[in-house]
Amino acid sequence: MGIKDRLSGNEATAMAMKSMNMDVMAAFPITPSTEIPEQFSQYVANGLTDTVFVPVESEHSAMSACIGSQAAGARSCTATSSNGLALMHEMLHIASAMRLPITMACITRAITGPINIHNDHSDAMSSRDCGWIQIHAEDVQEAYDNYIMSVRIAEHKKVLLPVMICQDGFITSHAVENVELLEEEDIRSFVGFYEPDYYLLNPELKVAMGPYDPPTYLMEHKRQQAEAMIDSLDVIKEIYDEFGKLTGRYYDLIETYKIEDAERIIILLGSSAGTAKIVVDELRSKGEKVGIIKIRSYRPFPGKLIREALKSPKVVAVLDKAEGLSSIGGPVYSDVCAALNGNAGFKIVNYIYGIGGRDVRTDDIHEVFADLQDDIDGKESKAKTAANYRYLALRE
Amino acid sequence: MNDLLEIRWHGRGGQGVKTAALLLADVLFYSGKYVQGFPEYGPERMGAPVTAYNRISNDKIRVHSNIYEPGYVAVVDHSLIRSANVTKGLKKDGAILINTKLDPEEAKSLLKDFEGKVFTIDAETISIDILGKYFPNMPMLAGIIKMTKMMDENVFLENIETSLSRKFASKPQLVEGNMQVIKRSLEEVKGI
Repeated sequence: MGIKDRLSGNEATAMAMKSMNMDVMAAFPITPSTEIPEQFSQYVANGLTDTVFVPVESEHSAMSACIGSQAAGARSCTATSSNGLALMHEMLHIASAMRLPITMACITRAITGPINIHNDHSDAMSSRDCGWIQIHAEDVQEAYDNYIMSVRIAEHKKVLLPVMICQDGFITSHAVENVELLEEEDIRSFVGFYEPDYYLLNPELKVAMGPYDPPTYLMEHKRQQAEAMIDSLDVIKEIYDEFGKLTGRYYDLIETYKIEDAERIIILLGSSAGTAKIVVDELRSKGEKVGIIKIRSYRPFPGKLIREALKSPKVVAVLDKAEGLSSIGGPVYSDVCAALNGNAGFKIVNYIYGIGGRDVRTDDIHEVFADLQDDIDGKESKAKTAANYRYLALRE
Repeated sequence: MNDLLEIRWHGRGGQGVKTAALLLADVLFYSGKYVQGFPEYGPERMGAPVTAYNRISNDKIRVHSNIYEPGYVAVVDHSLIRSANVTKGLKKDGAILINTKLDPEEAKSLLKDFEGKVFTIDAETISIDILGKYFPNMPMLAGIIKMTKMMDENVFLENIETSLSRKFASKPQLVEGNMQVIKRSLEEVKGI
């Protein structure tokens, strides 16, 4: 049933969009996501899809076009990175508030200042409060699978929220890896035909979308969005299970790796989770009790799952690939601390890592686990900077 | 993952280094291996140093970092021997392939502190003789197969023809010339 292939993350994403025969794609190219609209537009030109491809003049227009077409009743998608996502920012809020299940490939890259084309999560993390579901991939297979599942999650009647499907720029987007693809007919029957309850081109049921919302209503509408985000926790799991039955690849909102009796646990997301698993295997073979938790769904944030997974560690490190510039640590660290509600019973430290494409090596993950052992032993930490707010591989 | 094979490529922008690394991943994929092929991006301009990497294994490859201790190195542009530390981290029992007109002994004398095997290929002469233009990546790809012995040469020739036919689907006339380059390159790799 599965088709064995080797593709880059960008190629696999374009392939997923083609297989689903999206109704509309509106995009403006930006490195490292450019290959997605580039390849997709070839599929369109060669007649492999009947998608309407809209080559817009900016990312703000790309998201505006997606909002317009999705509101009209068309399944719409786009792809972007870095400053492209930043330029969409205004429209991201409007897409989610209008409850439009748009999907977007976010190929994560540092936001400019100073200019940098390489991977970190400063673009995705700057969009975390926009009301979009945000799913992160470890490798090409996950990037492909996540996109297909996300269309179903977005359009679920209990959700109706847009989804950002993230993969690490260059590290995943430009790396060719083995991937197992689905037959096109299986994908099309999995995602089904898009039939929204309300859409602008329906002459039988006329509706207004995105009108003025006065103080008497906006708060209630925000609460409805918040409830949809909370409800999406269960819906995501439900769709993942259905996908697992189809493919044999079962996912959850978090992935735990050898944490059962772990004293030292690293929490992280994205491609470095794979590198960290190698280190866990090495240390486990020496009898060291270490493990990792990989966050796949960053929004909604699976706080309850993380709380339950952290049974009795002695110390936990949360790794952030975005600075956050908050003075108290990165965004994932803040979320993990909030999820534990001050009742952790163990020490939680933060590491800022991999900023602007700084390569994340197995040696770096070893360093974190060694620091955590020092924390357990009560030794003074060799970690860079402050006690709980640390840096990995920072040059001084 | 004891069978993990790691290769680092050094070349310059415009020499097809990324293409060669992706084609190497391709031919090994056809042989049922797990593969990774990825470039390390810098400023994208002709002539700037470029690095690319391959990992090859019988098991799923989970590490996602650059390669620091390769088993093999391929130097696509011999001027990099002086400007880049091409043997950095290269395993003692590893090997290096250099595109140069020098013999392996002469090439080895240019490398600092490297005791492993040295292979050379004159990609320029082969490429210009057959294609009339200088594309060093296909001779180097053939040289890698010769140096690492990681697959049977006949299987390699079948697989690379499939890959090139797919890559040049809109320009099929390019496949034959490149295949000639590859076949001659397999014969002309020198090693010590």
